[in-house]
Amino acid sequence: MANKTAESISREEFFYGHKACAGCGGSLAVRAALKVLGKNAVSVLPAGCMSAVGFNFPQLCFSNNSIISTFAGTASMLTGVEAGLRAKGYKDFTAVGFAGDGGTADIGIQALSGAIDRNDNIIYICYDNEAYMNTGIQKSGLTPFGAKTTTTPAGRNIHGNIRPKKNMFEIAAAHDIPYAATASVGYLPDFIAKVKKASQIQGTKYIHVIAPCPTGWGVAPDETVEIAKEAVDSGLWYLAEYENGRFTLNHKPKEFTSVEAYLKKQGRFRHLDDEDIRVITESRDKKWEHINSSFEYSGK
Amino acid sequence: MSRKFLSGNEAFAEGIRLARPEVISAYPITPQTIVVERLSEMVEDGSLKAEYVHVESEHSALSCAIGASAAGARAFTATSSQGLLYMAECLYYAAGGRFPIVMMNADRSTALPWNIYGDQRDSLSQLDSGWIQAYAENAQEALDLALMSYKIAENKAVSTPFMANLDGFVLTHTYETVEIPDREQADRFLPPYETDNRIDFDDPKNMAFSAGPDTNYIFKYREHEGVLAAKAVIAETEKEFAEIFGRQYTGLTESYLTEDADYILITLGSIAGLCRETADKLRSRGVKAGVLRIRYMRPFPNEEIARELKNAKGYGVLEKDISFGNEGAVYTNVNSALKKAGLTIKGGNFIGGLGGRNISAADIEGIFADIADGKDGVHFLGIGGSDNG
Repeated sequence: MANKTAESISREEFFYGHKACAGCGGSLAVRAALKVLGKNAVSVLPAGCMSAVGFNFPQLCFSNNSIISTFAGTASMLTGVEAGLRAKGYKDFTAVGFAGDGGTADIGIQALSGAIDRNDNIIYICYDNEAYMNTGIQKSGLTPFGAKTTTTPAGRNIHGNIRPKKNMFEIAAAHDIPYAATASVGYLPDFIAKVKKASQIQGTKYIHVIAPCPTGWGVAPDETVEIAKEAVDSGLWYLAEYENGRFTLNHKPKEFTSVEAYLKKQGRFRHLDDEDIRVITESRDKKWEHINSSFEYSGK
Repeated sequence: MSRKFLSGNEAFAEGIRLARPEVISAYPITPQTIVVERLSEMVEDGSLKAEYVHVESEHSALSCAIGASAAGARAFTATSSQGLLYMAECLYYAAGGRFPIVMMNADRSTALPWNIYGDQRDSLSQLDSGWIQAYAENAQEALDLALMSYKIAENKAVSTPFMANLDGFVLTHTYETVEIPDREQADRFLPPYETDNRIDFDDPKNMAFSAGPDTNYIFKYREHEGVLAAKAVIAETEKEFAEIFGRQYTGLTESYLTEDADYILITLGSIAGLCRETADKLRSRGVKAGVLRIRYMRPFPNEEIARELKNAKGYGVLEKDISFGNEGAVYTNVNSALKKAGLTIKGGNFIGGLGGRNISAADIEGIFADIADGKDGVHFLGIGGSDNG
């Protein structure tokens, strides 16, 4: 991980004055990424939290060129923006998409796959808050096992969501994309370094950043960064990269923190019983067996 | 100028080559595919300098074109039928964003039942999407429309996307001799696209935003004004086109023997030729028949229709469309034009050509006879006839 300090990134703000909930992880990811990419970033955001809170005429909150796409069309609009600007002779710009988990893993996955297939010169950042938060916390393809949402209620018969998250990072990598990475707003310097790296690579780049939603997760607004960190520390999320056909692990917790403690802090998981937690812990361990056997470790 | 023997699709592609789009998003669908095939060849041989994007769906085709247009580039795509319906969300988006994209639509039947042949149920279902909608009759008109479409769409008062419709197979795949304008003349007619409605690094913009109940209607009103403004711009553009290329078009409609006609058949697209021939035949028998071809469904030619029909005894609307549970969309629009003009002429709606079913000269003669009988209401050609019960 790059050792960034607050002084080393731009003081310029590109996303401010918006109406995001207090403690919004998604807005933190967008804000940090735009500080890295600078004023020549052209951001494309689909229908979703960030567009809903940032683009309410006449209160428009991006100071760089930004546009809302259709829900399914983040990647395809990025393609058009990039091709159009290139056709007009521009060279010094970055077309960057910020889409949520539903906009990426569900409705937008076809367009994303198409863009990666064409190797369009774009950065696609998925800010993953693990449900359709903008519409009021419904299950998406990236909602984790056991999470209570408004469409996966936690009752006596079913304990919230019955399916694990799609592995978007490895789905992107399976296209043999030039660069893909996972990140967490709990490890902001790592995320910032990955955005920077992505901006220097030609072709399609995919960054999947865990961005907690206090409203949907049932944590306090000032716990966003802490819970995003704990997602990584407990081993339920991981920081990795895919580049030149190889997977690299960027951060290896010496010892995982308690899965149960991570889960029970959040309203969406509070209903889980011992058996549910055992299932989640087992799936974490299985995931790490895979990571340890097939990812190189970049650290010491 | 040169002459070539081209299909409707190929003629349209030639017109697009002359219009110099900077971004083309391409996805195949019968019977449109030949357009994007020809354009890919033009990009390959260097006669068209454009970013050619192989999108993975029609939704992405138009979404990509919107992105390109937002970047200030001239954008083109083409589709048909299910593809048009699949991208429908983006139609409204492009229009609301005032992006003057041009799209060719090969008019084709919509499933179910599946059918690849021509009718107009695809495009007519999208009249409310905010696009200018033109319907070509022949390959020459298709080529000329391709060139004129950008000039109309990009006019600052209009700033509206343009859908050029060609009847599937009957026009898209039929070969005719076509005059192809010279490159220099085309460039003189159509200058490069200039707009403020674009990404600007000196003055960054937030585009395609939300507007709440207090302002939303203003944007919609302006969108409406943009489409209406196209009326005058179409007339100006055709005048300039005639001065440079020598071919004269007639605005939102094209009249044939309507001036003294008792019975006028209103239609659109490639069937108009047979309607005119039939009118000639009837005229030789002393029946005062006329034909009014609608060239633009949006903006709609309310005044033109009222003007042409004001002395008629009866009219019929022949269309390849039905709005189930009511009548054809063209008939609804025509009746509205007549009502607004205070005209009370009897007229019927003749639904034909669905799923590519042939409309014969005898069918059209029958329609004129029905008009003369004062028949109104909705009639499906063939239903109840001798050939299919």
